[in-house]
Amino acid sequence: MSATAEPQRQLLRFRGRSFVAFVFSPVVPIMGWLEELDATLARSPGFFAGRPVVLDLSALELSQSAIAHLIASLQERSIRVLGIEGVDEAQLGSGMPPVLTGGRQCSVEDARPKTKAPSGSLLLETPVRSGQSIVFTEGDVTVLGSVGSGAEIVAGGSIHVYGTLRGRAMAGVNGNSSARIYCQKIEAELLAIDGYYQTADEIDGRLRNKPAQAWLDGNIMRITPLN
Amino acid sequence: MAKVLVVTSGKGGVGKTTSTAALGAALAQNGERVVVVDFDVGLRNLDLVMGAERRVVFDLINVVQGVAKLSQALIRDKRLENLWLLPASQTRDKDALTDDGVRRIIADLRTKFDWVICDSPAGIERGATLAMRYADEAVIVTNPEVSSVRDSDRIIGMLDSKTARAERGERVTKHVLITRYDSARAMRGEMLGIDDILDILATPLLGIIPESQDVLRASNIGSPVTLNNAASAPARAYFDAARRLNGEDVAMTVPVERRGFMNRLLGRRAA
Ligand SMILES: Nc1ncnc2c1ncn2[C@@H]1O[C@H](COP(=O)(O)OP(=O)(O)OP(=O)(O)O)[C@@H](O)[C@H]1O
Ligand SMILES: [Mg+2]
Repeated sequence: MSATAEPQRQLLRFRGRSFVAFVFSPVVPIMGWLEELDATLARSPGFFAGRPVVLDLSALELSQSAIAHLIASLQERSIRVLGIEGVDEAQLGSGMPPVLTGGRQCSVEDARPKTKAPSGSLLLETPVRSGQSIVFTEGDVTVLGSVGSGAEIVAGGSIHVYGTLRGRAMAGVNGNSSARIYCQKIEAELLAIDGYYQTADEIDGRLRNKPAQAWLDGNIMRITPLN
Repeated sequence: MAKVLVVTSGKGGVGKTTSTAALGAALAQNGERVVVVDFDVGLRNLDLVMGAERRVVFDLINVVQGVAKLSQALIRDKRLENLWLLPASQTRDKDALTDDGVRRIIADLRTKFDWVICDSPAGIERGATLAMRYADEAVIVTNPEVSSVRDSDRIIGMLDSKTARAERGERVTKHVLITRYDSARAMRGEMLGIDDILDILATPLLGIIPESQDVLRASNIGSPVTLNNAASAPARAYFDAARRLNGEDVAMTVPVERRGFMNRLLGRRAA
């Protein structure tokens, strides 16, 4: 304790919060890249809605008006850019998202794992509820229960659901094309492996409510019954 | 030991306030000391359903801010002497409710009552999280439709992560209460079935409250349905649910309206 009384000061308080952002790294020709993006969006509409997106422009040399045009093109697709990486402050106009630095690859666990094996797998012993997002890029995720509609699991490895998969499951997100998704009952809203997606509409109705697995056969996603 | 029970749902208009009043009155009729607490600041409703709207002087926020003592804000029911209401404020900003204030009030109510029943506002924002914050048990009110069930799932996730109990590594005891259940419509496949709901929510069932005009009639005259017409189908379902809250093993039934002579005479048109 100090003996002299300091004058009371009202401190401004800041709160930090980190988000996992999708990083877009457009390549030239931009039109071609946008077409690819449109194809992804056609497969899973609204996939990026409400999610933070960061533009990494380090691979490009764009003028200020070209950057503005790119941001506008993304906005037309309901993708809002939160920040821009790989450019100089001076290249950006005043109404544009800020320059970001110091982003890092990360893994996020929204729910506290009950048991975590050292081997890079995550075991969840309770159902994953609507609105919860489990991101575990180090390996496999196993859920002893269901994954609710509006919940999502993102895994670097495979995803195992010993219950009904009603939400989204994204496996092999770090480019692991041999990752698979297994579930006791399939009613998924979206399945993805290494960036290849299928939405609920595309999943064969005859598989619904049955044990199934999803895997990549080249660049085709196969969803087949288990057993 | 006092129990703090939150009645919550995520989705609005599913029957939280109706259920808070009906369960509170049912428990009080069994001789337990009950207080129902309205957390719906700015949209208070519980006082209307309890028929106490003209007796509100002080409210929850007055107590949080130290303007009034808890004993000044509590309103005793006119019909049941061991049933009390702690009303919400209709005029004040809901940000006036603080975590610390809620903690102190709940701790105080625990010393005075057997049951503290918190009527949560809809949504998943601050009001709803504060209402569940210090709960020991939760009734998740769900209508037999997809959006309501999905919101309930989300609320269950919050009960398991955002409550004081969850943060201490303990569990909030959860119960699903299905309300506005219309067996004829369920039979025609126009509503989700009970099994489907329980399969999705993976949480024990507390009761099934039928869709009924008796609920509207009761709330229009400012009375919990369990007080206004104890023999009605929804009241019987709420009485059973209250007994289950007390740990009794009561067989689960889907209560149906007892059709009166006029109803039978008029046949289906009465619906
Ligand atoms: N079992 C029932 N049968 C018929 N009507 C009902 C039933 N339960 C509730 N209602 C009616 O539904 C409406 C909404 O009910 P209530 O106010 O209890 O919902 P709530 O979940 O508290 O709503 P809010 O989210 O706005 O607080 C009211 O008009 C009520 O009378
Ligand atoms: Mg209400």
